[in-house]
Amino acid sequence: MTEPYTPTEIMTVVAARALRNDDVCFVGIGAPSAACNLARLTHAPGITLIYESGTIDTRPEVLPLSIGDGELCETALTTVSVPEMFRYWLQGGRVTVGFLGGAQIDRFANLNTTVVGAYDNPKVRLPGGGGAPEIAVHCGEIFITMAMSRRGFVAKLPFVTSLGHGTGKGSREALGVCTKGPTRLITDLCVLEPDQETSEMSVVSLHPGVTRDQLRENCGWDLRFVAVPEETPPPTEEELAVLRELHDRTRRAHGGEDA
Amino acid sequence: MAEFLSLQDAVEGNIGDGDFVAMEGFTHLIPFAAGHEVIRQGRKDLTVSRMTPDLIYDQLIGMGAVDKLVFSWGGNPGVGSLHRMRDAVENEWPRPLAIEEHSHAAMANAYEAGAANLPFAMFRGYIGVDLPKVNPRIGSVTCPYTGEILATVPALRPDVAVIHALRADRAGNVLLEGIVGAQKEAVLAARRSIVTVEEIVDDFGPRSPNAVILPAWTVTAIALVPGGAYPSYAHGYYKRANAFYKAWDAIARDRDTFRAWMRENVLEKGPDDFRQYAARAA
Repeated sequence: MTEPYTPTEIMTVVAARALRNDDVCFVGIGAPSAACNLARLTHAPGITLIYESGTIDTRPEVLPLSIGDGELCETALTTVSVPEMFRYWLQGGRVTVGFLGGAQIDRFANLNTTVVGAYDNPKVRLPGGGGAPEIAVHCGEIFITMAMSRRGFVAKLPFVTSLGHGTGKGSREALGVCTKGPTRLITDLCVLEPDQETSEMSVVSLHPGVTRDQLRENCGWDLRFVAVPEETPPPTEEELAVLRELHDRTRRAHGGEDA
Repeated sequence: MAEFLSLQDAVEGNIGDGDFVAMEGFTHLIPFAAGHEVIRQGRKDLTVSRMTPDLIYDQLIGMGAVDKLVFSWGGNPGVGSLHRMRDAVENEWPRPLAIEEHSHAAMANAYEAGAANLPFAMFRGYIGVDLPKVNPRIGSVTCPYTGEILATVPALRPDVAVIHALRADRAGNVLLEGIVGAQKEAVLAARRSIVTVEEIVDDFGPRSPNAVILPAWTVTAIALVPGGAYPSYAHGYYKRANAFYKAWDAIARDRDTFRAWMRENVLEKGPDDFRQYAARAA
């Protein structure tokens, strides 16, 4: 690794860049939360971040460990009940972007966070869907961020927890879903977007120093590329500094008690 | 009308073997002290519901108190797996665990339907996903006005709702603030309710007219248990013990380590031991 940043750092920075100042964003925990708050602390100070715990327009000083840390409520414009969050705000169509992570993804950006193996006799029991099944259909569009690996990027999902582009172009429409679904998949190695003809996620940019072979080695299907993929602009000094300060503050806050 | 009881008496009088119990609290105000009391009293064959099983149900499941779990996201938030829940689902240890799995939207709607005295909840969800294939309780209904097909789930109607709240007044009214989750809905959906509180006060004092208040006549039993939400938190009292949530991963990963921890910190302790967590923040 000769780059002055880690693969996770460039993934978070590039994911943050995808967000706009006027977005209303439903934030998943983990990598999405870091990206959304980085966006808020850099180019998108006006972004409205919503967590499923009911906190609306929250501006946490440190990253929450859970989707319901006190920090989120204390810095929110308002906090509503969880039934209200899912009914009025998510199902009501008030959210422009849902930001999800996942354990496994397929070429059409359907996600699995439920189970590996048979549902009734699982090899690995994962946490389950939580808010994702409805986030995936009710937000205007979906960004997904997850690190690339053969275990995570699979040809066939054992279980579909949340809908991406289904079996390809037209799947969402056939199910009566009017939202765009996954428009961007940001990994630690590259960025993918759905092909206009097929809706298959295709590589639009490779992070600096990453090769096509490296991508193929870390993907369980025959990966498509757009005609001329670009090189992802590397993180700027400012982006890295803000991200690292955020993580430092978070570590101090979470480690500072009991353990 | 709410009765002030010790936590022991509140649990003994209101939760029986085989009951359907909802211990709610969405990350915030999780009723850990009450969960520990249920374990100490050796309740068994429970059906339990929670949107996020969290550590509280990991503990109940690992101690063999649970027959069936109704849930929508079974992880340790920001940390990883709930190892006791996984061990029960994957290996039937310490006993088989039946699961009824939903999405958050479904469970939130199902509590609300219970509170509204409806037989089922209706919402736009479960579209293009596999959960309806493995959960036969997920159904659908056709809108009589537009013809749209909407998802349904049965209302949640627990025998007992168990929650932790910030304060009760002497009349037995209960106040919740901060992230309020689905606790109001769970209490109003349930036949009985147990509420543990940080404080009992003469008067709630200045508050918004829209504060979340459960009137005394909607609550069965109130027990004073300061610190009773630890390692979850109580808004304005003490913070979430994120370091403990991280430490739980190693404790729960191994069966023997888990049992030793439960013996030392639950079976050999009582509700008063939670007081230290409330005091720490003071």
